[in-house]
Amino acid sequence: MQRVFPFFLEAAWITILLSVLTAVLGLICGILGTWARLSRFALLRFIGAAYVSVFRGTPALIQLFILYFGGPQIGIQLDAFEAGVIGLGINAGAYMTETMRGAIISIDKGQIEAARTVGLSRLQTMRYVVLPQAMRLMIRPLGVNINALIKATALVAAISVVELTYTAQRYIGSTYKPFEMFLIAGALYMIIIYVTGQAVAWLDRKARIN
Amino acid sequence: MTDQKPFVDIRHAQKSFGALEVLKDINLQVQKGQIVAIIGPSGSGKSTLLRAINDLDPLTGGEIWLEDKQINKKLPHRQYEKHINLVRQEIGMVFQHFNLFPHLKVRENVTLAPKMLKGLSEAEANKLAEVQLEKVGMLERIDFYPSQLSGGQKQRVAIARALAMNPKVMLFDEATSALDPELVEEVNLVMKKLAEEHMTMIIVTHEMSFAESVCDRVLFMDQGVVVEEGPPDVIFRNPKNDRTKEFLRKHLAGQHP
Ligand SMILES: Nc1ncnc2c1ncn2[C@@H]1O[C@H](COP(=O)(O)OP(=O)(O)O)[C@@H](O)[C@H]1O
Ligand SMILES: [Mg+2]
Repeated sequence: MQRVFPFFLEAAWITILLSVLTAVLGLICGILGTWARLSRFALLRFIGAAYVSVFRGTPALIQLFILYFGGPQIGIQLDAFEAGVIGLGINAGAYMTETMRGAIISIDKGQIEAARTVGLSRLQTMRYVVLPQAMRLMIRPLGVNINALIKATALVAAISVVELTYTAQRYIGSTYKPFEMFLIAGALYMIIIYVTGQAVAWLDRKARIN
Repeated sequence: MTDQKPFVDIRHAQKSFGALEVLKDINLQVQKGQIVAIIGPSGSGKSTLLRAINDLDPLTGGEIWLEDKQINKKLPHRQYEKHINLVRQEIGMVFQHFNLFPHLKVRENVTLAPKMLKGLSEAEANKLAEVQLEKVGMLERIDFYPSQLSGGQKQRVAIARALAMNPKVMLFDEATSALDPELVEEVNLVMKKLAEEHMTMIIVTHEMSFAESVCDRVLFMDQGVVVEEGPPDVIFRNPKNDRTKEFLRKHLAGQHP
């Protein structure tokens, strides 16, 4: 038992790295997706809507398999970790797009009208009036998206990234203790998620105060 | 008066929302310094007309001019945005529901646009906010957030925000109808003060006595047309049109014992 701990800690680090990179890529995709969905050009709106429905409408595992196993067939060569980050990031971005868009369109139209009537441009209105208000609204639901994506990193065990879930499975063979192995993995996930949740709650409180 | 060029000139304004024709060939000329009240039943198109003036609800037909500039001229999108942003700086608008920016203090509500659009320094912008808030009697609340104000106070800040851009015309869309009765007067007083300073104003209102006391002219609208217009004493005391009479009878019932 003792000797597996260092491996679990290393695996936890990989899970954290995966989560952070996935969250960053997800946020980037989310911003792009939101921008497309709210564009005044119909084509961009369509692309944004298609992105969201395709990636929310199919299992993340299938998306990962297509990218990792199917990718080489169309000339996309990625190692397992890269495929994990990119696949999960694009997937998370689809959910984040809906979160961000939802927060933005929930801002009262009167706010936009008031900003436009004093002469602010569309961009200035977005930047100084809509986004500051929408940002506060999106912190919590983005936290929910991030919670989901941390748990979704377990999927990359299926393409052999040596993260927590994969590590737990791997040491079942030598220890014959599946119960303990998965319990350790679960506890480590819970710590990561708990800390992240606290960070999100702190951000949310801070945004509410000022 | 009649030989003067109109300051705001609305010619054959027509507006449809899909199949619904909301404004039907409206003509309205407002002279500099004039105060025009628009009254009429709910749904008659008063807000739509007001919102057409600064292009919040673009007309589907007709022209709107401010001095020698056509507001709703046809331009490619980018140029039009530039043009309309400049036009809007010259037209102040006050909404029924105030629409203050809740994430900004009273001060920043007033200074946001002047800072962004007129390049005022922080110090200049602060000075401007103080002057404008003093005018509406809200200087003591300069560092409050909108959520800490009463409805009447919010509306006075909203007026200060509009005035800070030094507009040529002020549009009021039922500025007092979301207020508790005891808060109406403080907003009316601010509007009266603007009237005394000869601000050009177009005021959509349900308050007949206020309209009568401050306006030079009254328009009665019904179903997208101007049914009758004239000086307040004529419209309120001696209307010619039956629809005007009917409307006023209902509306004055509670007001003039
Ligand atoms: N954005 C809109 N889309 C469709 N119909 C609208 C819109 N805005 C106003 N209307 C309709 O136009 C008519 C006039 O509305 P409005 O100008 O708000 O009237 P008023 O301010 O006189 O009460 C109403 O029948 C209203 O339902
Ligand atoms: Mg109205």
